[in-house]
Amino acid sequence: MLELFTKIIKTGNRTEPLGEAGNQIEVLGGKLQNAIRQKFRGSLAIREVDAGSCNGCELEIIAMNNCYYDLDRFGVHFVPSPRFADMLLVTGPVTRNMETALKMTYEATPGPKLVVAVGDCAANCGVFGKDNYAIAGAVSDIIPVDVIVHGCPPSPTDMIRGVLAAIEGSGSPG
Amino acid sequence: MIHEANTWFAERLSDHGIVTRYLEDHHPVEMSCLQIRRLDWTHAAEEARRQDMRFVSLWAAEAGAHDEEALYAYMAFAHLEHRHVLLRTDLNVDDPVLPDISRHYVAAVRMERSLQDMFGIRVEGLVDTRRWLKHEHWPEDAHPMRSSFAANTRMEPNAGEYAFIKAEGDGVYEYPVGPVHAGIIEPGHFRFHAVGEKILNMEERLGYAHKGIEKIFEGLTAIQGSRLAGHISGDSAVAHTWAFAQACENAAYLEVPERAVALRAILCERERMANHIGDIGGVCNDGGFAFMNVQMQRLREDMARAHQDMFGHRLLMDLIISGGVNCDLDANSQHRLSEQTQNLASEVEELRTIYADHPSMQERVIGSGPVSIEDAKSIGLLGYIGRASGVYADARVEEAYPPYNRLQVQIPQGTFGDVATRVWVRFEEIVESARLICNLLKDMPDGPVQTDFIAPEAGISGFDVIEGWRGEISAWVRFGQNGTIDRYAVRDPSEINWLGLELAVREVPVPDFPLNNKSFNCSYSGNDL
Repeated sequence: MLELFTKIIKTGNRTEPLGEAGNQIEVLGGKLQNAIRQKFRGSLAIREVDAGSCNGCELEIIAMNNCYYDLDRFGVHFVPSPRFADMLLVTGPVTRNMETALKMTYEATPGPKLVVAVGDCAANCGVFGKDNYAIAGAVSDIIPVDVIVHGCPPSPTDMIRGVLAAIEGSGSPG
Repeated sequence: MIHEANTWFAERLSDHGIVTRYLEDHHPVEMSCLQIRRLDWTHAAEEARRQDMRFVSLWAAEAGAHDEEALYAYMAFAHLEHRHVLLRTDLNVDDPVLPDISRHYVAAVRMERSLQDMFGIRVEGLVDTRRWLKHEHWPEDAHPMRSSFAANTRMEPNAGEYAFIKAEGDGVYEYPVGPVHAGIIEPGHFRFHAVGEKILNMEERLGYAHKGIEKIFEGLTAIQGSRLAGHISGDSAVAHTWAFAQACENAAYLEVPERAVALRAILCERERMANHIGDIGGVCNDGGFAFMNVQMQRLREDMARAHQDMFGHRLLMDLIISGGVNCDLDANSQHRLSEQTQNLASEVEELRTIYADHPSMQERVIGSGPVSIEDAKSIGLLGYIGRASGVYADARVEEAYPPYNRLQVQIPQGTFGDVATRVWVRFEEIVESARLICNLLKDMPDGPVQTDFIAPEAGISGFDVIEGWRGEISAWVRFGQNGTIDRYAVRDPSEINWLGLELAVREVPVPDFPLNNKSFNCSYSGNDL
């Protein structure tokens, strides 16, 4: 046990101030009243849905929670069910085999709700393309999307900026 | 280098009256491809089993433009001393029927089911004829890998339900999970049957991440294909792009510059370290040991940042291309990378003692989800999962492809095959990868990192295997007209290892399932393609 505490003290606090966003965030906006967005400030529960990604975006989403980025400090946390989520974070081109599951997850999320599409595949099907028998479409072809974060995969900083942009309702969150 | 055809298996087959014909348009000759008669198909698999060969893969391909109209089925096996060998047979295009080999190699079942789905090949004698990648809502006559099926076909939805295995009896309950899981992971469905706390049976239903990858490969150049290969499974971008590049280079008889080969191995070992570090953290997180997870994810992030800095991508995507690599390291970066790798390895060792000294964690992992040596051999489990159960299958040793032919790779080998051993193997592999990286950096060959890729003529195929962090990836490519690919058949280790998970979790308490699942960490995307 002593070694464990020594390691904690030696490691110290590694959390960094949030970096600047690259030019990767696209706010589709206008759908939700700012008043509703205000309600999510301070506490936001996210359900992550992989609609068919290659798992690259998932690795970076997991990284949002590491001690450097510490997503929790913004009051944002991941939850295991859409039933008590405020936001869906969706990755991947939506495959034919995931189309129904994504729609059901969206419907199971209580309103008002936000959707952030993460990664080039979620935005426009990426390397897999729309003209593909196995792909149902980009995320916005299947469910309404509020913010798109581009990148393959996007950096954790861009993803956090994207999540905050969805809550704040503007492209430049504080 | 003398290129001598591998005739060992052909001789074994001929002892049993199976006639083989050596195929000239396949490379490399050391991993030869033999044409056999369809009626010898099952018999040949039986002989492979008798010779203690490991099942590698099973796939099909329509004949290219260069050939007469035909549909081919392929299977590959590996022998510890006699390397890999491929067998091919031809099927009737209009009514393709292939004999079943799953009675000799259980791992072939899902691949045979995929052949039924994707090619409309009827596998004669297959016990489990349910659909696999092709979900019930696809039309009955949709066989996407046939040339008559256009890549952009919009399929009309169909009705139907998957017939899960049923369990009945007093106190048995059923528990469906997924495809949307509780954690931040890929989509898939698990159907549990449990009695009290214990799992009676867990059945996997995959295919949710099917993106038509093999179909998209058709018509790409080898350079375009590299980018797609990196997205077969994004956590294995290096290993998959390397396997693809190597198959293409074998087909084209292309020697890659030595410096590029060394860089590929450095990238691959770094990818192995990063994933092992992240997953050990994940296993500890599922065991309620948050400290280890926080520490491991911190180290993983340090690696990602170094990758961004030195190679331009946090997950090392798009760095390997057919003909070489897209990156280089100057003397200063080599020094920094070596130093960081050593520091990481020593921090991991320090954390390992804390992990080993934490009884509440050890109690969860020791003895949980064991896979016996017999079962592991019979399935042909790969990578750290096979090694935890004492199965010695590592392509870096079996095939000793460059640069591993000049590095003595040490393979850790367990016997218990439980979560604790799987974690132990991964700790060992982190240390070993760090050693390999430092050796490679110390001894970096000079010269260019790329050579022009000149595609072979139509009809030439190439095969190779690469040991990614999950285990052996097998890759077979055939070129068509104008230097484009007309078929790429890839087998991620997960296609085989998923079977091990089903077996491991029997009798395991339901709350320990996540620990087991994470200790396997099979790829969904790599399996579903």
